[in-house]
Amino acid sequence: MTVFDKSTEGRTGFFLPKEESYGYEPSDVLPENSVRKESPLLPQLSELQVMRHFTGLSEKNYSVDGGFYPLGSCTMKYNPRLNERIASLEGFSQIHPYQAEDTVQGALEVMYNLQNFLCEITGMDSFTLQPAAGAHGELVGMLLMKKYFELKGESNRKKVIVPDSAHGTNPASAVMAGFEVIEVPSNGNGRVDLRSLGEILDENIAGIMLTNPNTVGLFENEICEIQEMAHDKGALLYYDGANLNAIMGHARPGDMGFDIVHLNLHKTFSTPHGMGGPGSGPVGVKSILKDLLPVPVVRFDGSKFSLDYHLPNSIGKVRSFYGNFGVFLKAYAYILTLGGDGLKRASEMAVLNANYLRTRLSKLIPTAYPGLCMHEFVLKGSKLVSEYGVKTLDVAKRLLDYGIHPPTIYFPLIVDEALMVEPTETETKEALDNFADTFERILSEAKEDPNILKAAPQKTVVGRLDEATASRKPKTRWSKDT
Amino acid sequence: MKKYAATHEWVSVEGKTATVGISDHAQDHLGDIVYVDLPEVGKSLKKGDVFCTIESVKAASDIYAPISGKVIEVNEELDSSPEKINEDAEGSGWIAKIEMSNESELDSLMDLEAYKKHCEEEG
Repeated sequence: MTVFDKSTEGRTGFFLPKEESYGYEPSDVLPENSVRKESPLLPQLSELQVMRHFTGLSEKNYSVDGGFYPLGSCTMKYNPRLNERIASLEGFSQIHPYQAEDTVQGALEVMYNLQNFLCEITGMDSFTLQPAAGAHGELVGMLLMKKYFELKGESNRKKVIVPDSAHGTNPASAVMAGFEVIEVPSNGNGRVDLRSLGEILDENIAGIMLTNPNTVGLFENEICEIQEMAHDKGALLYYDGANLNAIMGHARPGDMGFDIVHLNLHKTFSTPHGMGGPGSGPVGVKSILKDLLPVPVVRFDGSKFSLDYHLPNSIGKVRSFYGNFGVFLKAYAYILTLGGDGLKRASEMAVLNANYLRTRLSKLIPTAYPGLCMHEFVLKGSKLVSEYGVKTLDVAKRLLDYGIHPPTIYFPLIVDEALMVEPTETETKEALDNFADTFERILSEAKEDPNILKAAPQKTVVGRLDEATASRKPKTRWSKDT
Repeated sequence: MKKYAATHEWVSVEGKTATVGISDHAQDHLGDIVYVDLPEVGKSLKKGDVFCTIESVKAASDIYAPISGKVIEVNEELDSSPEKINEDAEGSGWIAKIEMSNESELDSLMDLEAYKKHCEEEG
């Protein structure tokens, strides 16, 4: 039931002052086409009704605080409450973006230090905290690449290479920045096929976008060869930081030869995400690109922090004010809490947890690629279709009945009936075992009575949604007549 | 005559005109199709060019021209009823008609039997 359906004519939660108390009519001060002829169709409820309505909705939600959330590629780790406490300190939460710099030195210091921490963690020379999310970071990275070649007089470089396993946002960001995308296929081991890469690399390529470990959870172990091939042709190498959680403190994109890096603070650095943010996608660059970064950049002259807007070759402003500052605070608190050793240990546990689950689940369904994985792995569900007539989608829906958020499904596109599992480091062995046991139970159900899976979910607030009709004929607006 | 491309498009030839679409195997893998971005009539295509994009509940997929030529007609019904491809991919769910510029390209495409084998190997 929507809040509109609960409306009763004349009921109200609070009282507005009567119009005449203003001393003028709306039509006295507004142009005619801006004055309403009739009242807006707002729901009419008491305050308590409104409270119950939204509390009820929130109770129907599923979150990492409520249960296991192995959504591959999304790094749904626990968001420590300490981060929230730091971010809500008055000195941070009650400041205004237009305050004079010398009254917000602490806030600027956090941003400055965070830039430096991210440089150290990734091996880059300079960072901007401006981008508001991962895909925004990708776009900024691509705009930096474009500007770099414009300044170099190499505007002929109009193409960007993206692996066939990449996140869809990679090619989309490259196209948004005005590049043409060329896809490079993966080899049988789930890594970039070097021979194919060699064939498409030439002087018209601006760069290669890579995720490492890649989207099937494998480390691109020929990254040194790839960076040499790219740089030999004068192209730049872009690092999508989606999967940094697997290597943090152990390997640095900067050392691998990457020129531009974006990170997702909301994934790797434990700030809340999902359902549209707020995220944060800082971008780091090697020194050859540092003068092109978006403004403002936070500087420190030894005694005072300031915002520098004077970068003559900057790609410009990419976000209002200074980026998602609340997210910086939480990521900063996370980095300080864990310290260098803690971050390293987080990566180790993420990889260990993934491999533990991989070992248990691969006895039930084959993995898409053999061998050890990094922080996530991909199962190939095509066996379920041929043996039991159930699809990956059915397994995912059945997991909901057991109170578990399903893994990512049908991504990456190169794996048939893909199921992508990322447990993260914050789960216990008991939680992993419970997931594996549940998975096993669902597969025996598939064997005995596949209809149980096809009819799932049964125990959720709503049953299986008709996604096709929702996409073909979306209803995005409530109206009185529906 | 009907032929298939390794990238899962089909071509049906009548005189100089080729009707193209995606195979039944391809629609089954894409799942419920929700949007078809049709090519423009009059557009010249080279074999292997992306000439159409299909969005399903799972993914957006590029569709490649199985032969070279000029687009002379598109299946406008797909604008309002993209599910036609799920219902009848190799019939009323056709995508475009192409006036072929190089009929010899047909020789490099597969017949049904070879295509079936190709799908099994890809499986």
